[in-house]
Amino acid sequence: MPIIEAHGLTKTYNPDKVPVHALRGVDLTVEKGEFTAIIGPSGSGKTTLLNIIGGLDRPTEGKIRVDGIDLSTLTDNQLIDFRQKNIGFVFQSYNLIPVLNVAENTEFVMLLQKRPKPERERRVEELLKAVGLEDKMDKRPSELSGGQQQRVAVARALAPKPSFILADEPTANLDSKSAFNLLDIMEQLNREEGITFIFSTHDSRVIERARRVLSLVDGEIAKDERR
Amino acid sequence: MFVKLAWRNLWRNKRRTIISISSVAFAVLFSAVISSFQKGTWDHMIDNVVRYYLGFIQVHHKGFWDDKTLENTMALEDIPAAAMNDPEIVPRIESFALASAGDITKGVLVIGVDPGKERTISSLHERVVEGVYLKADDQGVMVAEGLAGHLKLKLGDTLVMISQGYQGQNAAGAYPIQAIVRFGAPDLNKQLVVMPLSLAQYFYGTGERYTSLVVNLPNGRDDLDDALERMHRIFPPDRFEVMDYRELMPELIEAQKLDTAGAKLILWVLYALIGAGLFGTILMMTRERTYEFGVMLAIGTHRSTMGAMLWFESVLIGLVGAGIGILLSWPIVWKLYSSPIQLSGKLAEAYEQYGIEPVMKAAYEFGIFLAQAEVIFIISSILSFYSVWYVMKLVPVKAMRE
Repeated sequence: MPIIEAHGLTKTYNPDKVPVHALRGVDLTVEKGEFTAIIGPSGSGKTTLLNIIGGLDRPTEGKIRVDGIDLSTLTDNQLIDFRQKNIGFVFQSYNLIPVLNVAENTEFVMLLQKRPKPERERRVEELLKAVGLEDKMDKRPSELSGGQQQRVAVARALAPKPSFILADEPTANLDSKSAFNLLDIMEQLNREEGITFIFSTHDSRVIERARRVLSLVDGEIAKDERR
Repeated sequence: MFVKLAWRNLWRNKRRTIISISSVAFAVLFSAVISSFQKGTWDHMIDNVVRYYLGFIQVHHKGFWDDKTLENTMALEDIPAAAMNDPEIVPRIESFALASAGDITKGVLVIGVDPGKERTISSLHERVVEGVYLKADDQGVMVAEGLAGHLKLKLGDTLVMISQGYQGQNAAGAYPIQAIVRFGAPDLNKQLVVMPLSLAQYFYGTGERYTSLVVNLPNGRDDLDDALERMHRIFPPDRFEVMDYRELMPELIEAQKLDTAGAKLILWVLYALIGAGLFGTILMMTRERTYEFGVMLAIGTHRSTMGAMLWFESVLIGLVGAGIGILLSWPIVWKLYSSPIQLSGKLAEAYEQYGIEPVMKAAYEFGIFLAQAEVIFIISSILSFYSVWYVMKLVPVKAMRE
């Protein structure tokens, strides 16, 4: 069964004033284990599509089902719970909580889920080892490089064992070395643990590594390429 | 984790937080000292009147308080036996007289007391500054220090008094001064003459009659309600009136209320100013984290959790400030409580003109400190509504665009 099924997704901003059509009837299916990049020029609707898939925004028209659940039937609070349990987010600007250290940032979502402490500690250790930051557990985000912060963000996104990870331009602020390092980690997690990754990106380094590339132009899927 | 998070969030901008906490601490320090001072000074003054003269409760013949004549006195046989056998109920006779010494004459307040029983109820013996405290069968009087000074009388001199006695009799007598007593309350100090009860009854020709029964409260005000209830049971309301000290000196209680209300107004203005400063901090702490709140919402933090965290942050600033303010005010209040300031000169005269003892004393009560913390808690909780409202309406996608 697909993890994500979208039918006729439309998103129009300012419908009553100057309408901006961010998405125009997008149909999309994503299977478990995919490593998919959504590409397109600025304003093509990549972030809007990711936001709708992630339950952060609602479509003007159309249906989106994630793990078999129709997101339009969920209330705001149910959507928060849904995101917490099912979706991992990695944002362009790392977005770690500045006053928490690396271990606490990684643990954060598991705390929201009220997981027992021993389980949280085990998982944090395991994830930080996987992203190569086991020696930075006590560091605050401000003490890390951009690449290291983004790796913490990946560890935080993976911590609750979500159905998939949505990453919005994850390498946009990283130098080449850090970007490759991050991509290696994500690719390895995808290959070895079967974690589904969906990126929006402009970055050719990410596009090259993706096994499926969806090209968005003016809010429509212009090309769906599988490799 | 969220308590830790709230605490660490406070210190993101150390200077701002320190300024906010300091302003709260200053307000609490000022407010605690002023409130303690005011309560202490008033309590001291009221206690002076209550402990050394009025008593916490008085029982009279019905109608005596509105028409304080000797015709409205209680005869011994009318008083319930339970009251006369009660060691905590002390009889008195009280009226006015014209006192004279040499060329000087002055209206005085005369009270006849049972010297033995009065020791337990009014601690009158503690106020003797010269001479010897009365005994039941003494034929002398004790004169308030201020009155003695006005009449230019010393210990051993004779005080001449004239008045109207019971049922229109002439009352006149000359009494040696066997003690000078000093009262804290200026009004008492200027006009009180204390006699043994039997001597006063003889002077006024009342026989075994009393103007009032004063009720002793061994534990002070804490016993007031229970004692009032007991007195209402003992004394039938159709023949007696039972009054507590608040009814006995309404002017003083009203003056206290008025003074307290004035001070409260000043303190509320102070708190309003501090609240405005605190709100500025809360506003900045909230608005500058819009993006972060968006991320927290996106990754699954409920708005209610974030709201609780923001409320806690606001309250924490307030309570840390209040705690520091209380710690700073504590020794000051203790010092002013244990060593009251005795006013002198013009200031003392001004106090006395208003019938207030020229002493400034702080009340040392936990409740006063606690009240400051409560006010700060309420103010910071109310101000935190803004942050809570802000995250409640936050849309994660919009927040993350900022």
